[in-house]
Amino acid sequence: MSDIGYVRTEMLPEQEPPVSEVGAIGWVRHNLFSNWFNSLLTVLSLYFIFKVLAGLVPWVISPTWDSGSLAECREILHALGREGHYAGACWGVIHERWIQLIFGFYPEHLYWRPIAAFVLLGVALAPVLFSDKVPSKLLIFSALYPFIFPWLLWGGTIWAPVAALLGFVLGWAAFNAVSKAMSTLLGFIAGALVALIWWLVLSSYFVGAMDSIAAIGIEPVESRKFGGFMLSITIGVVAIACSLPLGIVLALGRQSDLLIVKYICVGFIEFIRGVPLITLLFVASTLLNLFLPPGTNFDIILRVLIMVTLFAAAYMAEVIRGGLAALPRGQYEGADSLGLNYWQSQRLIIMPQALKISIPGIVSTFIGVFKDTTLVSIIGLLDPLGLSNAIRADANWNGIVWELYGFIALLFFAFCFGMSRYSMYLERKLHTGHR
Amino acid sequence: MKKTVFLGAATVAGLAAGVAAAGTADDVKARGKLNCGVTTGLVGFAAPDANGEWKGFDVAVCRAVAAAVLGDANAVEFVPTTGKTRFTALASGEVDMLARNTTWTFSRDVDLKFEFVGVNYYDGQGFMVPKSLGVSSAKELDGATVCIQTGTTTELNLADFFRSNNISYEPVPIETNAEAQQQYLAGACDVYTTDASGLAATRATFENPGDHVLLPEIISKEPLGPLVRHGDNEWGDVVRWTLNALISAEEYGITSANIDEMAAGTDNPEINRILGTEGTLGEMLGLDNQWAMRAIKAGGNFGEIFAQNIGENTPIGLARGLNAQWTDGGLLYSPPFR
Amino acid sequence: MTTFSDPPKEQFRLSMLLYDTRYRSATIQVIALIGFMLLAAWIISNTIQNLEALGKPVEFGFFGEPASYDINQRLLEYTSRDTHLRAAFVGLLNTLVVAVLGCITATVLGVVIGVLRLSHNWIVARLMTVYVEMFRNVPVLLWIVFIMAILIETLPAPRAFRGDNPEASMVLGEAVAVTNRGVYVPEPLFSNSLGNIHLFGESSLRFDVSLDLMAILVVLGVSIWISNWIKHRADAIQEKTGDRPVTWWQRLGVVVVPLALLLALLGFHLGYPELKGFNFSGGTHLRNSLIALWLALSLYTAAFIAEIVRAGIMAISKGQSEAAAALGLRPNRIMSLVILPQALRVIIPPLISNYLNLTKNSSLAIAVGYMDITGTLGGITMNQTGRELECVLLLMLVYLSISLTISAIMNWYNESVKLKER
Repeated sequence: MSDIGYVRTEMLPEQEPPVSEVGAIGWVRHNLFSNWFNSLLTVLSLYFIFKVLAGLVPWVISPTWDSGSLAECREILHALGREGHYAGACWGVIHERWIQLIFGFYPEHLYWRPIAAFVLLGVALAPVLFSDKVPSKLLIFSALYPFIFPWLLWGGTIWAPVAALLGFVLGWAAFNAVSKAMSTLLGFIAGALVALIWWLVLSSYFVGAMDSIAAIGIEPVESRKFGGFMLSITIGVVAIACSLPLGIVLALGRQSDLLIVKYICVGFIEFIRGVPLITLLFVASTLLNLFLPPGTNFDIILRVLIMVTLFAAAYMAEVIRGGLAALPRGQYEGADSLGLNYWQSQRLIIMPQALKISIPGIVSTFIGVFKDTTLVSIIGLLDPLGLSNAIRADANWNGIVWELYGFIALLFFAFCFGMSRYSMYLERKLHTGHR
Repeated sequence: MKKTVFLGAATVAGLAAGVAAAGTADDVKARGKLNCGVTTGLVGFAAPDANGEWKGFDVAVCRAVAAAVLGDANAVEFVPTTGKTRFTALASGEVDMLARNTTWTFSRDVDLKFEFVGVNYYDGQGFMVPKSLGVSSAKELDGATVCIQTGTTTELNLADFFRSNNISYEPVPIETNAEAQQQYLAGACDVYTTDASGLAATRATFENPGDHVLLPEIISKEPLGPLVRHGDNEWGDVVRWTLNALISAEEYGITSANIDEMAAGTDNPEINRILGTEGTLGEMLGLDNQWAMRAIKAGGNFGEIFAQNIGENTPIGLARGLNAQWTDGGLLYSPPFR
Repeated sequence: MTTFSDPPKEQFRLSMLLYDTRYRSATIQVIALIGFMLLAAWIISNTIQNLEALGKPVEFGFFGEPASYDINQRLLEYTSRDTHLRAAFVGLLNTLVVAVLGCITATVLGVVIGVLRLSHNWIVARLMTVYVEMFRNVPVLLWIVFIMAILIETLPAPRAFRGDNPEASMVLGEAVAVTNRGVYVPEPLFSNSLGNIHLFGESSLRFDVSLDLMAILVVLGVSIWISNWIKHRADAIQEKTGDRPVTWWQRLGVVVVPLALLLALLGFHLGYPELKGFNFSGGTHLRNSLIALWLALSLYTAAFIAEIVRAGIMAISKGQSEAAAALGLRPNRIMSLVILPQALRVIIPPLISNYLNLTKNSSLAIAVGYMDITGTLGGITMNQTGRELECVLLLMLVYLSISLTISAIMNWYNESVKLKER
């Protein structure tokens, strides 16, 4: 025991960690140069970033905001001593045309209407998306919003959306009355028939009559005037909104025990998912009128809306099917054991949960559809990409390339990135709720 | 979630609005607007400006028809169509007429069942090459890369031309004129071929137009004209004679400047018939007697429209050439108003 | 209190169709079927009436007529005198080429980027995130035209290669020319070629099979089979004796020597591109439109695949990699032996739908003038003949069969790697 010469009895004071392990240097060492491979990657990445910025920044910084034509841009840059093909961007085209790129040919004094429509869209979606922060009474507004949205964009008499709404009310009333008196199935058929008869036959008389009594309305705008980003967003929003109920029906049909119904739904979904959107747009632009009664003719944007809706519905059905599949079996069995019938259990137990799980999927479907709206430029609609061609056909801007593409890409990016971030946030929020 | 009925409502609205009646002319009058199919954008012929207002040579024809039928040159809805969608748009009744530099061919007339009401521009397919290439004839283009616009007659003409001259080429199909121009300027193709008017218009906007030459060969006849559907002769007549009125107006010296003066009556009975001070030509068309006067007032006579949109004083700088009046050695020849 | 008893035997009444769950489903199905058939009949009768009014009866005769247009990229022999049907086949092959190339590149890129996104290197991980977000959030059509514009504007034109002191020169030892008309690479040539077999005579389906290629494939197949046999024998010896004979040189030799002999026999050499007249001639010409489309589709899809790969890797529990580390495996081997094989199971189903998307997105080829099936059948043919109904329906049918084939193949593969649950 005695050969221990020295025992330390008190703790050593804590030493500072080596300089190379903490602070900025430590961080750099750990995160950028931890071994030779990482160092190589870091150096390569830095070089790449430098190259891109060195090429891009001088081009972007170009005092051409006020120029009125490409030739003027060239003069401005020439005066600055900047020569060559990539001397600098010509921002004049964005300055002159950005409003057109966003609103298309929508009448200038009515810009407030699309703006209001999209702001209200946020309000209408709030109770669904931020259910914890917003009073649920707003849901009434959400239910009415689908009638307000087209009215704001297309304008016209207020009685048209009211008539459309009345169709639902009448259908619902018929359904209730008949299903109480007889069976749910008959009630369903009766409701659908009453609504259809109302929309197809009676509503036009109603609108005419009400219009002559009290002509309330706003200036109508034809869908031809739609263009630019407004067109993209309108197509995206309408397609998703219309495809949601259709997608629910298809998803339920696909899961159903009724063989014929199931195969019709599977066939539809797989067909739509198996062909590119562009072929469906060809159908919209060339064939849809052939499929409808002779003499029917509605304009191309409406036809595109129909085809994009069908397209989105097939994808929506798959998203909702995923939501349905993710629900634990016990939920279905629990609903059955309570003695609820099929529709009751769907309405009260299954759908609310399945839809909630599906929201991130629905958002990403929306992003997909929104991006795919650029395809309408191929059939001659003036979405941002189509407009960029039209703008380049203006003698002043003939020869402009990057500025327009860059601007359009930037707007799409901002929109889609925001949406995808939001959907990730939702996903996280929903996840915690389900564990 | 009952998210939307809009589809139902929209369909109803569409059905109510769109059920076509028998005559296009009546439809147009009932609608108060003329639906006119144009290109999605071609310099000088049709393009929207910053205010969304369409301008160009083809556009002017639409406006003249609208002025004749509806009395308002601005009562036109311009429907941009691509090479692919233009014929279906017309066949399905989405547009009432097409003024979209469309070549009058047998199969379009007979097989696709359209009626070309006349020719507003006599064109032909030509070639443009950079001067530095040192080519003086299209027959020297063996092995060249050629940019062509798809969806037009030009790609068929091109295939025939190279085949019959037994030389090879590499086609680069392109959707729009703007892209073709970009590829050509970057040297991705040696030659750009399309209608000579289009070539001249494109060249005019280059940074250095002098560095490029149009080859002397014109390899096809491209009579470009407005067209309507088969089977509605009344409407076809309206469009045809509006175009003829513009052409005759130039021949007889009726301009937008002196038209009011001339409308008071002149010694020339033909002018009087055109302007409606004599005879009942308008009524025969189902219009009033001032129809031609309004059409000419809308944008001037044929010569004025030409000069304003694509003529020598515009950046596009096309000479009249074949499109001069027959009295000046051109092909423009309107049948008499009698 | 409920007591169970047999349901009373009832006569069948009509109302049971509505109220009795046993019959109600049949009622609903019959109604659905009738509704569906009515809808179909309505559409068909409308179409027939409309077509009659237009004077365009449905007929496919135009497919036999000469197409009269040229196609630049053709894997089948084709001239403008060939039929529309043949043009459609040429287009179909072009679609398949870009789809297959795109799927391969997108997978490789996607896996690399997905793995790099999880890298510990901060700057690399960020760069990859930027890449993924940039490509995912901008429409693919925009990327296609954008990349096409970049290729056209930044690469040198062939005329820049001309002259004594050219602005641009060929790369890789004068073998490859990168121009803004595309990339010219050396092509394999055989001086003692065995020739071709012509199939299907002079019809629109005619097809040449290169005997050289066949011979190479046969020899390669046989060699690989022998090489596998050697491996199996080595396995068997290892099982028996515990020693594994060294076989790598045998296996390599079995593959390389016959192939080299065959190539020498056929007189294999490379044909280099050279500047002649307006263009490079000789060599294989990968056109700009193909490269732009291929690049855009693979970069775009790779961003999605990267996310799938990342999610797949993150789905593997941390215990797996810790256990592998405890066994003493190095990080690279952990990734390739433990993580990726397991992640594959999570990755494959969404991968299938991305392959499908890529194939469908290849229809955007018309934006850059790549003559795929949409460009030929759904583009020029439709436009020149005016037969929209026939062309569009056929086009949809073609895409539908491609999609169904891809998903069938991939589902079969998915089954084979799936965790076998017992």
